[in-house]
Amino acid sequence: MTTNVLSVKDMVVTFDEFIALDHVSVDVAQGESFGIVGESGSGKSTLLRAVAGLNTFSAGTLTINGQSYSGRSRSKDFYRTVQMVFQDPYGSLHPRQTVDRLLLEPLAIHGFDNVDQRIMRALDEVGLGSGFRFRYSHQLSGGQRQRVAIARALILEPKVLLLDEPTSALDASIQAEILNLLEQARKDRGLTFVMVSHDLGVISHMCERLAVMKSGKVVETVTADALESRAFSADYTRQLMTASEGFRRV
Amino acid sequence: MSGAVGTDKLLTVEDLRVSFPTRTGVIEAVRGVSFTLGRERLGIVGESGSGKSQTGRAIMGLTPKHAKITAKTLNFAGRDLLSISDRERREIRGKRIGMVLQDPKYSLNPVSTIGRQIIETLKTHEKISTAEAKARTLAMLEAVQIRDPERVFSLYPHEVSGGMGQRVMIAMMLICGPELLIADEPTSALDVTVQLEVLGILDKLVAERGMGLIFVSHDLRLVSSFCDRVLVMYAGRVVEELPSADLSKAQHPYTQGLLNCLPTIGTDRHPLPVLDRKKEWAL
Repeated sequence: MTTNVLSVKDMVVTFDEFIALDHVSVDVAQGESFGIVGESGSGKSTLLRAVAGLNTFSAGTLTINGQSYSGRSRSKDFYRTVQMVFQDPYGSLHPRQTVDRLLLEPLAIHGFDNVDQRIMRALDEVGLGSGFRFRYSHQLSGGQRQRVAIARALILEPKVLLLDEPTSALDASIQAEILNLLEQARKDRGLTFVMVSHDLGVISHMCERLAVMKSGKVVETVTADALESRAFSADYTRQLMTASEGFRRV
Repeated sequence: MSGAVGTDKLLTVEDLRVSFPTRTGVIEAVRGVSFTLGRERLGIVGESGSGKSQTGRAIMGLTPKHAKITAKTLNFAGRDLLSISDRERREIRGKRIGMVLQDPKYSLNPVSTIGRQIIETLKTHEKISTAEAKARTLAMLEAVQIRDPERVFSLYPHEVSGGMGQRVMIAMMLICGPELLIADEPTSALDVTVQLEVLGILDKLVAERGMGLIFVSHDLRLVSSFCDRVLVMYAGRVVEELPSADLSKAQHPYTQGLLNCLPTIGTDRHPLPVLDRKKEWAL
């Protein structure tokens, strides 16, 4: 059996009376790409945020790389292992910092050496030349911003990347570029992905296994191959599947 | 209704141009768009910045004051939209041309109940009693498949879900029986499962009432499954026009690229083909 790099057991997240996550369990193996799909309010982003320590969780366990975590507190080590890319590239970059400054910060926090080289290499890897280094985020397009966000996540050489709808704010053609970039990075670095999206097409393209979520619960966990051959059981998965095939006149 | 359905021209657009003067020069958002529309469903597709929304807004008369609109012809049902007065514009807008916007969260009035907003539309354009307006509003809410129209009538927009809000928006736009409906990304802000429901309602109403529809969207597949004809826009121009059924036979590399770059279930393409933008497309 392969080792699980990320393991969530019976996680519960509540916001006052509202139960956002209701005993959710998910295991992600080392090197795997795991997808989470569901409609808005299904708890898919909450799960990711609870793993990253951006939300607290009230019950259940979270184990990453053999280390357990609770609540919102995360060690510095955690952020070396786990990094996150957010949905909105317009909101996730500091508006008054240059790209250089944005990439320098995580390096400084974690005490990396060779910062200059690392920044250059990170920009190179995401397909932005050194010409972008001293620009502000408002001088970049949506796709370029998302590349910077990915560079910022990869610069710490993490093992796990949490991706919260990384392409849903982008045009279809830019989406293809970003997905290719993420796949390449995963191949090169042997990363583990946990990717959240509402788009079944994107998830089945990027992930080997996926969890379908609805109202705070995991409805079912299937492999991407099973999705293709329609070997799933939940009614809700079928609904999502039909919806992803486009409009049909009845 | 006169003439055979689909042949009478509702809207004629010829060489439409929309430009915005800025400090750094003039930005031409729409650069010579031409098409005609009968009582049919026309899709306008393109990426952000392609001018698809500005085309729809120019027809509706919602372009900001400082922008410049020119066209050889911009004719709606025999009237020149560019030369009519603001008053005449207001008579057409809402009554004969309706527009559904992307996000009901921003396009509905937050401080007025749903019922009041719909009645306001009705009373602006027709001389009818409040009782009659209310009856028609409730009937319209029922037509967009809202189960409990009485209850929704007295709710505020923030009290309903996105899908419900968009249905309210559609009800508000269709209550005066417009001949043309412009839908600007009507389902992009909705969940995939809700999207189909809303599209189904829109489709049924457009067909029943014999309206012309302009469906503006970034989603080529969705548009082609919904519309009879598709215009593909790039950098302010129409690069290709084709019947939806012939989408797979698209000639322009941009259209082909847009179709190819979408990940779909059951196709294994790693890496995904990306769009190689050519300078000459934008000429």
